[in-house]
Amino acid sequence: MACLCYLRCVRKLWAPAQASQRLKVANLHRSVHQLQHKKVMAEEKPWALISEVGEQGYLEEMADIIKPHFHIISHKDFQQNPQLHGPKIQALLLWNGFPVVEPSLLGLLPSLKVVANGGVGIDHLDVPYINSLGVKVTNTPGVVSNATADIGMALLLASARKVVEGHQVAVDPKTTHIPQCLMGVEVSESTLGIIGMGHIGYKIAQRGKGFDMKILYHNRSRRSVEDEQAVGATYCENMDDLLKESDFVMLAVNLTPETTGLISHRQLSLMKPTATLVNVSRGLVVDQDALVKALQSGTIRAAALDVTYPEPLPRDHPLLGLPNVLITPHVGTNTLTTSLKMVQQMVDNAVAAVKGLTAPNEVKPK
Amino acid sequence: MAEEKPWALISEVGEQGYLEEMADIIKPHFHIISHKDFQQNPQLHGPKIQALLLWNGFPVVEPSLLGLLPSLKVVANGGVGIDHLDVPYINSLGVKVTNTPGVVSNATADIGMALLLASARKVVEGHQVAVDPKTTHIPQCLMGVEVSESTLGIIGMGHIGYKIAQRGKGFDMKILYHNRSRRSVEDEQAVGATYCENMDDLLKESDFVMLAVNLTPETTGLISHRQLSLMKPTATLVNVSRGLVVDQDALVKALQSGTIRAAALDVTYPEPLPRDHPLLGLPNVLITPHVGTNTLTTSLKMVQQMVDNAVAAVKGLTAPNEVKPK
Repeated sequence: MACLCYLRCVRKLWAPAQASQRLKVANLHRSVHQLQHKKVMAEEKPWALISEVGEQGYLEEMADIIKPHFHIISHKDFQQNPQLHGPKIQALLLWNGFPVVEPSLLGLLPSLKVVANGGVGIDHLDVPYINSLGVKVTNTPGVVSNATADIGMALLLASARKVVEGHQVAVDPKTTHIPQCLMGVEVSESTLGIIGMGHIGYKIAQRGKGFDMKILYHNRSRRSVEDEQAVGATYCENMDDLLKESDFVMLAVNLTPETTGLISHRQLSLMKPTATLVNVSRGLVVDQDALVKALQSGTIRAAALDVTYPEPLPRDHPLLGLPNVLITPHVGTNTLTTSLKMVQQMVDNAVAAVKGLTAPNEVKPK
Repeated sequence: MAEEKPWALISEVGEQGYLEEMADIIKPHFHIISHKDFQQNPQLHGPKIQALLLWNGFPVVEPSLLGLLPSLKVVANGGVGIDHLDVPYINSLGVKVTNTPGVVSNATADIGMALLLASARKVVEGHQVAVDPKTTHIPQCLMGVEVSESTLGIIGMGHIGYKIAQRGKGFDMKILYHNRSRRSVEDEQAVGATYCENMDDLLKESDFVMLAVNLTPETTGLISHRQLSLMKPTATLVNVSRGLVVDQDALVKALQSGTIRAAALDVTYPEPLPRDHPLLGLPNVLITPHVGTNTLTTSLKMVQQMVDNAVAAVKGLTAPNEVKPK
């Protein structure tokens, strides 16, 4: 009976001082066969380490998805007594990069079974190392794609049509008349070049098609003919061709050694001087120094970035001072709808891993 | 021959009027005189002028100006909206009015979607936080609302409204629309749009309400207290029509009270708003200064269309886009 074994394991992990809890556990043995998967008694729930519940971490609605399945301990409470709390923790739920998964933390979590990441990017995790400790890594692909594709299009349109500048003029106390010279560039029927045609890149292509944009894409592998035709996308085996022909270059790759610095001086110089670079990948995909130079010199028209390196940028970084740069603070999945789906997926992954089952989204090292 | 070109009155060539590239489209067909030069000697210049090219509402077409232009054949507007023109009155002077439908639709639909997305995903606030000298860490609570798979209600399904529907479909949005007349089944199916004969139904069900009507006596104040109260408290109003389509006082109250979530406006009344207007101080309002057609691509197409209309009218031919009074 898996439940009984689990109970014994839980008892072993608990500190000796919790005698009253042990009594409850003993009582539970009598009705253990009645326990249903979704009605796990409070004491049987495994423990999960999170950053915190609150504005800087999980909103209440998000925590409410976790609580039926896990006892939650915040990183701050954990740090009060790592020796006491550490051995209980079987899952680490990672949101916006917190708590930071480093050897010093992992060393305090001898029972850890899974690092469940909220989000699809796992470049901040040393997966082979974590696996070597007998810990699985999971992420949340799929559920992030709509919101991320939406932010890519939002940035593209806001940059092209100067929405931020327009708003600033419209509300400025000194504005006396409508400016005639706030000219943007046309989005409809322009050429959108997508670098990275995975789940997110493909949804961006779909959205671009709605604007009658000509879609080019570059990817490690070519998509099927049906996929290409559905969004009117043309494969560019050579990324240089995409860079030369695009009015908007959209980065939708994941961060790997191969994509680090993918867009540097040479790539920017191939782009049209009227072109816009949009990045919803990771900051390190772009050589930021090269980008600054390209924007200052007019090598490209503008850049719109949801991601930078680091985040946030140092306050004296040249990107912050350029008029042709739009930056959002990594809000790619920042809607309640998507955040809740991500947390649900994290929980599903963590529950499976803690039970020793196959997690739906386990990240395997290459 | 240079002597045979007719004369056209414009606002001016320069940042506040026509860019050089735009003027270059006019010059092969017309001698141009700026309003400032015209005013130096209206009695001398007035009788020469056969076309008035109207851009961003300038020069202002009023009886005092028209009285100085005895040879005027056409007022050629740049843009599709002609609510600022008294067409019957102008026609009574033997002068045609033309506009530029069609060429404005892409850019206007694009700005509608740009405003919708920027408002939904808090792009302006995000940028301000990202570049603020005081920002030390990434905020976790800058939450927007989901656009994909939400419901987009389009009020006014003309050329522009239809293109907005097409763009919304790309985001897998559910499209509702209200229009004076229903579109064909093929049109509806092509963009997945559902007709709402009763505008109230559209208001109740939409996450984003997009106004794409022209301004007429029937659409003035179309969105007022009652309409706003029917909308979801999580809904966003987007206006790319004219400011007067919305009762702005009602909108201010609705935004202050949380009756609706937010508004994104490319148009207001007046433009620009007085600097003490409450709309300017609300955190859930995004305003752009009537930039709906502000791309060089579209502006050049508009000027070309204005010129084509004016050339035809001056020759006594049928202009492609003559505006007939109802």
